[in-house]
Amino acid sequence: MMMKKALMAATALVAALGISAAEAAWKPSKPVEFVVTSGAGGGTDQFARTVQAIITKHNLLDQPVVVVNKGGGSGAEGFVYGKTAAGEPHKVIFATNNEWLLPLVAKLAFKPEDLTPVAAMAVDEFLLWVPGDSPHQDAKSFIEAAKAAPGKVKIGGSQSKDTDHILVKQIEKAAGIKVTYVPFKSGGEAATQLAGGHVEANTNNPAENLGQWKAGGVRPLCVFAPERMARGEPVVDGKGWADIPTCKEAGVPLEHYQMPRTVFLPGGVQQDAVDFYVDLLKQVREKPEWQEYITRTSQSNRFFAGEDFQTFIKNNEDEGRAVIAAEGWLVN
Amino acid sequence: MENIASLMHGFGVALTMHHVLLMMLGVLLGILVGVLPGLGAPNGVTLLMPLTFSMDPISAIILLTSMYWGALFGGSTTSILFNIPGEPSSVATTFDGHPMAKQGRATEALTYAFLSAGFGALVGVVLITVLSSWVAKFALRFSSPEFFAVYFLAFASFIGLGGSSPFKTVISIMLGFAFTAVGMDTVSGSLRLTYGIDELIRGISFLVAVIGLFGIGELLLTMEEGLRFDGVKARVSPRKVFETLLTLPRYWVTLLRSAAIGCWMGITPGGPTAASFMSYGLAKRFARRREGFGKGREEGVIAPETADHAAGSSAILPMLALGIPGSATAAVMMGGLMIWGLTPGPMLFIEQKDFVWGLIASMYLGNVVAVVLVLATVPFFAAILRVPFAIIGPVILVICVSGAYTVAGASFDLWLVLIFGVVGYVFKKLDYPIAPMVLAMVLGDKAEDAFRQSAIMSGGDLSIFWSNGLVATIMALGVLLLVWPLLSLVVQRLRPSRDVGATTA
Repeated sequence: MMMKKALMAATALVAALGISAAEAAWKPSKPVEFVVTSGAGGGTDQFARTVQAIITKHNLLDQPVVVVNKGGGSGAEGFVYGKTAAGEPHKVIFATNNEWLLPLVAKLAFKPEDLTPVAAMAVDEFLLWVPGDSPHQDAKSFIEAAKAAPGKVKIGGSQSKDTDHILVKQIEKAAGIKVTYVPFKSGGEAATQLAGGHVEANTNNPAENLGQWKAGGVRPLCVFAPERMARGEPVVDGKGWADIPTCKEAGVPLEHYQMPRTVFLPGGVQQDAVDFYVDLLKQVREKPEWQEYITRTSQSNRFFAGEDFQTFIKNNEDEGRAVIAAEGWLVN
Repeated sequence: MENIASLMHGFGVALTMHHVLLMMLGVLLGILVGVLPGLGAPNGVTLLMPLTFSMDPISAIILLTSMYWGALFGGSTTSILFNIPGEPSSVATTFDGHPMAKQGRATEALTYAFLSAGFGALVGVVLITVLSSWVAKFALRFSSPEFFAVYFLAFASFIGLGGSSPFKTVISIMLGFAFTAVGMDTVSGSLRLTYGIDELIRGISFLVAVIGLFGIGELLLTMEEGLRFDGVKARVSPRKVFETLLTLPRYWVTLLRSAAIGCWMGITPGGPTAASFMSYGLAKRFARRREGFGKGREEGVIAPETADHAAGSSAILPMLALGIPGSATAAVMMGGLMIWGLTPGPMLFIEQKDFVWGLIASMYLGNVVAVVLVLATVPFFAAILRVPFAIIGPVILVICVSGAYTVAGASFDLWLVLIFGVVGYVFKKLDYPIAPMVLAMVLGDKAEDAFRQSAIMSGGDLSIFWSNGLVATIMALGVLLLVWPLLSLVVQRLRPSRDVGATTA
């Protein structure tokens, strides 16, 4: 254990030295502002605050880091703020895929290209959940019930024309069903409404429903991912995240639906500033606190930067755009 | 009984020298951020949060919740002294609290506010001690139709409050609805009433509006009326605090009714803001003498403060149990819970008994500590009103402007607060009631979402609002309150009354 820690510290040190040699070009010269495109306590907020805590604890930056919440208008406030800060590499914007999906459904003074992509640090999974006392033991039975009563089954989610809503539309298409989507303010609300039996299902992320799952209020049916999730601690009755079948296994042919935790810089910043943050975030990933965060929120620990990240954005946007266009939500 | 045993255990956890010192520190810091310009509870808690990461979760939550209580008390202080509500839930306190302060009765107003707030909080905590598991389960029965019914009840109990013409009240409410509609709409996911102005995307912050309407509006009026506060003549002494304390039991009906309203709204969960408005409305409606409300009646301070704190504390457990934060401050604290490795949710009560019962015990102790500390500061705060207006006026302006800026850190809000200041002034001059607009701004958005979600759930069928016993009962209560003035009028007409003179007064 000690050896491992020492080894990790050594690698971090080497990495840090490597950076200071190669990246003399750009370094923060004043306090860095983390702009969170969600309200305090939301998923993006936790993401940014975890990164900030790790940077502060391990002294990864000479400058202090300040977190500000600009979550108004589903995050639009933060993006517009980032746009007006063009050329200012001391402002870092934390988001999800809403950076490129939001401008499709809402008329904003902001285009996805107005920000400079830095990296995606994790991907959050989506699952199909039902109330603890639901008669449906698997996704198949749920889908059949929805087929038998078109428009009668209610699925709750967070916000309208946002990730949950888009996913529900994709489920409808993939499974050939018609349901009623009920938008709530947050994933937490959607979780409570499901546990109370007021909707028949929701599509929450793991962390949003974990508390209710433990208490038996809700139950996962399947995960919208190409393979099962990583095995962690068992959650309920010896069952854990890895025991949840993928939706494809369970008969819903939809295997790519994830929400990345993304980091952006304002537009018009120099490339070495982007490289600086990519390296900084890589160091953050290596710390034990990051692993803890990933485990606690049951996300997948993936890292995309540069070309990879561009491709990820492109694919994710194309998929989203297809649904948004089909539903007639496109505004531009 | 099991709960009492757990609570005793909790006291064992919370009642250490270390924790009591933390409580006092937290309360003092809280009063400071509640009263000082430009901080406010959410920011204070955010600033303190990193310090708590090295503490054990129980010490951390004790420090943060004590600070929260302190900030709530601090918010009532500025409501009464300067007509600037620090938190949305202390808006109703300004209605009678500030007139009292202007009449030179600031000491009384502050003492009543703190004592009744402490009383409300204790009732709330007792309730969750006895009913903790039931409360969490009961809250799960609430869905959109029930929420709408609760908001409807709050509106109904507050209607006809201003005493001015009903048309002016309706206009005021409608303006409030329009303001709250600005920004991103949850149900349709589109922008409303933003007219392409980027700053309007996040909507009009209720706090900014209130600071302008009350704080700046009041300032403008005071300037016009001749640059003086009557507070100068106020007798300020610790003795007065004690004398006021002895008169409190006289208002036991108001206290009990308001505590009951507060607990109900905290659990249901309509929240402290709705509770304080409703409690004020009902205190006025059921008062033996209705005149004097809005001009400095003691009940007008006691009712909203009791309900506010009863709701605030009784809402904490369902909040933890369901993982839904009821306010910005609570959201920050919940983020903290996760960083300390605790998952909010029903299992918190089973897996983290020490934490939960330590927290509940600290709510008892923290509120007692807070009441004692704030009462000790009353003479000091009341003395502020002796400062000449030429000095205190600019200070109030600074508090308003910096307070408005900290809400979102946006300079656009500085313009908004000035505009709302002028609106507040014009409203007062033309005798339009401000309270209905404020209520509509606080609850309008939530009521609208709840109504539309219900309509989506039922496919547009309105019968969802009486589809089960719970929602039907709340709706019926709301309708009853709404038509109460008409009913009592009819009853009086039918009955050859001997006190016609009294009712028309």
